[in-house]
Amino acid sequence: MGLNMAKDSYIYAVARIRTHETKLLNHQFMEQLIVAPDEDAAMKLLVEHGWGAPEMSAEQMLDREKKKTWELIRELVPDNIDIFDVFLYQSDYHNLKAAIKECCTSDIHDGIYEEDGITIDPKEIEKAVAARDFKALPERMQEPAARAMETLLKTRDGQLCDIIIDRAALDAIREAGKATGSRLLALYGEYVAAMSDVKICARAVRTGKDRTFLGNALADCEHLDVSSLADSASQGEESFKTYLGSTGFSAVVDMLSKSPSAFECACDSYLIEQIQPQLHNSFGIDPLAAYILARRMEIKSVRIILTGKRNDLPDESIRGRVRETYV
Amino acid sequence: MENLGLFFALAGAVCSALMAGIGSSIGVGHAGQAAAGVVTEDPSKFSKVLILQLLPGTQGIYGLLIAFITLTQIGIMGGDSNISLEKGLLYFAACMPMAFVGLVSAIQQANAAVSAIALVSKKPDQFGKAMIFPAMVETYAILALLVSILSIFGIASLSI
Repeated sequence: MGLNMAKDSYIYAVARIRTHETKLLNHQFMEQLIVAPDEDAAMKLLVEHGWGAPEMSAEQMLDREKKKTWELIRELVPDNIDIFDVFLYQSDYHNLKAAIKECCTSDIHDGIYEEDGITIDPKEIEKAVAARDFKALPERMQEPAARAMETLLKTRDGQLCDIIIDRAALDAIREAGKATGSRLLALYGEYVAAMSDVKICARAVRTGKDRTFLGNALADCEHLDVSSLADSASQGEESFKTYLGSTGFSAVVDMLSKSPSAFECACDSYLIEQIQPQLHNSFGIDPLAAYILARRMEIKSVRIILTGKRNDLPDESIRGRVRETYV
Repeated sequence: MENLGLFFALAGAVCSALMAGIGSSIGVGHAGQAAAGVVTEDPSKFSKVLILQLLPGTQGIYGLLIAFITLTQIGIMGGDSNISLEKGLLYFAACMPMAFVGLVSAIQQANAAVSAIALVSKKPDQFGKAMIFPAMVETYAILALLVSILSIFGIASLSI
């Protein structure tokens, strides 16, 4: 009964999302953007499609679109918006990292905080960190924030601080995904943790990091045996690839060898593949989650295209980096 | 407890109206939420989604019809209300197809209607096809209606 009630609570929201899905950028439109002669022409196409406004810069347009997504979701589920925290924690923890580093180095920088798509005001994080009042932060952030700050002050090693916060972020994302009771959000949490672990290991293999580093950096996840992953990565590239080949992530091994961007692209394509069945689901929270991810992917793709055009990259190179589309 | 037959016959009529009515109200409510979602984004689709919203409402009408016929037959609305226990139980049984099929089919039809409304929101030109999917569920409500009507009229002619 509880599940059915949850399923039925989002009928209105899903119906509205169905209409918004018709405005998502499809493969043909992405292709039009890729073959546009320059950034201005691509921007013009986007404005005609309803993105931003003619006087906006590319960054302003992308920020506006990101804001629009969250404005819509807040309007659709005003009382239950925290179910989507799983998508926002990454930015919160990024802000925490920035606040700790700023506080420890006493450098003041503008624009280091993410202002959109967050669950805590960066000013609150900054204030809590500056006052060493970690209790003012959400419970899940208190211990890692204190530990990261202490580590940074003692060792002055920014990377150690990063791995503490990044791991805490992954743990929080996994927990938040599971807590929603949504199959898709739980899968997203697990997937983000697994892919981050693979990325950390790939980087560790290249830079020759030891087993202790990996033990501290890798987050638990259901899709991978983290201990075996850390062991294999600490033994070198061949061992790492052999282990990955024996898991459900064998497909990403080739992509890892190609380039980090090819790997990122393959991860995102896998996610799009996972959310595509939601196009035909009229009930529950999953179609809304799929829409948020689809918007995130298309904004990422448009950013890649516009940056590519700005830097005169060949169309083929841009095409290789653009993500699969949801519609 | 002298006229237990009348009690069972009345219980059958009430169940028919009650359960089919509950099913339809849930169904129309769900389809209405989906329809409102589509109209919020595109008011021009109002007439199309309204038809789809109303489809799960028919079970409630069928339930009412069965209840009305039963009440007429058992003398609640005038006439002889002296019903034997056997006949009362038979009337009760005769109302059950409409009661149960009405409840379940209205909810299932609403699920199909919600999906059909989603289809119309994306492809308004496919309205005709979209309407067929929830309409198929109606078949089973109509079959239950037929069985209940035939049974009720058949019981009236029995001499028990």
